Amino acid sequence: MLSQLLRVLSLADYNTRVVMFGTMTLGIAGGVVGVFLLLRRRALLADAVSHAALPGVAGAFLLAVALGGSGRSLPLLMLGALTAGLLGMACVMIISRFTRLSQDAALGIVLSVFFGFGAALLGIIQKMRGAQAAGLDSFIYGKTASMIRSDALLIGIAALIVILVTLSLFKEFRLYTFDSDFAAGDGWPVQRLDLLLMTLVVAVTILGLQAVGIILIIAILIVPPASARFWTDSLRLMVLLSALIGALGGYLGTAISAIAPRLPAGAVIVTVLGAAFLLSMLFGPCRGVIHLALQSRALKRTTLRQNLLRALFECEEAGALHSEQQQLEYLSEIRGWSKRELRKAIRMLARSGLIYRVPGCPWQFSENGRTEAMRVTRNHRLWEVYLLEHADVATAHVDQGADFIEHVLGDAMVAELEASLPRFGRTLPQSIHGLTRFNGGSDG
Amino acid sequence: MEGQTTSVNNRDLEPATPSAPPALHVRDLTVAYHRKPVLWDVDLDVPRSLVAGIVGPNGAGKSTLIKAVLDLVPHASGVVEIFGKPYRRQRRMVGYVPQRESVDWDYPITALELVAMGLYRKIGWCRPVSARHRRRALEGLEEVGMADLAQRQISRLSGGQQQRIFLARALVQDADIYFMDEPFAGVDASTEKAIIAILQRLREQGRTVFVVHHDLETVHEYFDYLIMLNMRVVAAGPVAEVFTPQNLKWTYGGRLTLLDRAVDAIGQGSR
Repeated sequence: MLSQLLRVLSLADYNTRVVMFGTMTLGIAGGVVGVFLLLRRRALLADAVSHAALPGVAGAFLLAVALGGSGRSLPLLMLGALTAGLLGMACVMIISRFTRLSQDAALGIVLSVFFGFGAALLGIIQKMRGAQAAGLDSFIYGKTASMIRSDALLIGIAALIVILVTLSLFKEFRLYTFDSDFAAGDGWPVQRLDLLLMTLVVAVTILGLQAVGIILIIAILIVPPASARFWTDSLRLMVLLSALIGALGGYLGTAISAIAPRLPAGAVIVTVLGAAFLLSMLFGPCRGVIHLALQSRALKRTTLRQNLLRALFECEEAGALHSEQQQLEYLSEIRGWSKRELRKAIRMLARSGLIYRVPGCPWQFSENGRTEAMRVTRNHRLWEVYLLEHADVATAHVDQGADFIEHVLGDAMVAELEASLPRFGRTLPQSIHGLTRFNGGSDG
Repeated sequence: MEGQTTSVNNRDLEPATPSAPPALHVRDLTVAYHRKPVLWDVDLDVPRSLVAGIVGPNGAGKSTLIKAVLDLVPHASGVVEIFGKPYRRQRRMVGYVPQRESVDWDYPITALELVAMGLYRKIGWCRPVSARHRRRALEGLEEVGMADLAQRQISRLSGGQQQRIFLARALVQDADIYFMDEPFAGVDASTEKAIIAILQRLREQGRTVFVVHHDLETVHEYFDYLIMLNMRVVAAGPVAEVFTPQNLKWTYGGRLTLLDRAVDAIGQGSR
């Protein structure tokens, strides 16, 4: 078993190498075309097209048998699938263009009706010629074990062409999938580009019929790019990663399917891709779940830290505190912090050396702490004025965490904001909230 | 229609070449969505080298007018000419700023890459974006004050910044006539000022700019020419001539609060 596995994985025999070439190239093609399909938000159209291919496969088989052939010729079956797939796509477009049905309804209708019709034809075929037709099932779930060398070669070369076409139109596809109105206004034939992309999608679908099967082919178009998106914000890298993931799916899927011929290859490939997706979703540095969780935790800490600095500073401004006990009570009253939260925040500040305490007395700012507290307080107050006076525009600018408000709003705007605040001392604008409750004390 | 002002009085705006064809010529343009007309029989003759506002109530067909001119929506009838020739033959002279909401800002590209899209038609089919083009795109970003954010992901830009890079993309298209769909929507005050400065520069360079606009109070300040639209052209001509209470009433119907403010604006403008 193990030696067999190694034999397959290391591509020891020629036949495996050829099949591997076919499925891996197919995986890459799916990954590359899929990026644009995903960004164009047409994933379900591809699903409908692949399902619509089934009656084409069965029809081509019946036709070949009726003409006296064997019916098991892959190119012929693919041709049938291509015809039916394109017919399905045309039906979707006609239904959504000439009726008031939405596109998702059109997709659902075409997908189910075509597939149902195909399944009926398949039933007829199986009744009439048991042995010869048995292989047709492999088009539903995929079977690489039954792939012959010339088929694999055909798939591989065709997939290579798909990859080359897509990459040479990288710029055009990027333009039209991002902003088709601008592209059309700029003079690009957007409808033809759309048609070309869909043709490439149909091509991948048809090429994947035998290796992956009709039901699951959509996965090699969608899962690799969706996984890649978690790792990068660059379209180039996304295409590269998506291609790699697709190739990995093809490689492992074929290998496992070769060792265990009863396992449908499509299912294995999709499982491999699913694992890649899960890993990406969890660990992706761009928008992975863990990354987002860490980010939100960091944000919470920053907020807590800044709010405490500001609150301590404002207590000091009010100047009414004499003991640590009194200070803590005031702080939890101002911000509604629980005792536990407050202690945690104070420990955080103390650890970074921003505040210190002589036992029995209130917490004091260190030199650094005071500078930092003044910066934070000033930023917050200016942002508050900004929100009050410019609430009608672009709240998206507001970034309380920014080191200096000037970095976001520019010096002129900040000067204007500062001018609109009553000044406190020499360096800080007064809070517009006003700490009336604590305003009994001296002026700091 | 009585009181309708057509743009016969173009000589003020274009004294140098009175015989030159207008920047935009539209005749009998009708656009319908699902048999319901959105624009009826639009006729326009807009001279070159000016900034033209397109105003009208919601649903008046302002965006549709731009899209119909650019051939992005099918016409039921009508002729569109740019500098005297059919639009299809003049595409290279036209620049476009779509509405900001019309694209997915989560798309994986940077500000610089987005601006470089304005150079694609110069680069041509299947050729990659070269270093020279990236430098040109960076210049475009400089023009809108965004050079320091060139490598930033577009999803991480604010609304005003997104609008600026849309404008930068149009600037590098280096067009003679621009169509901008609500470039002031949701932008901050400093971005609005920056955009206005750019519009004025484009006009000084002899280019013609069409701007879909909402704020009637700034019409006098921003535009030389005004197209007042409400499914049909109520009035089109130099702002001083067509921006009248009567035309506003015809354009906006009975929306009186708006009208009062606009009349104030007219008063300010003529002072």
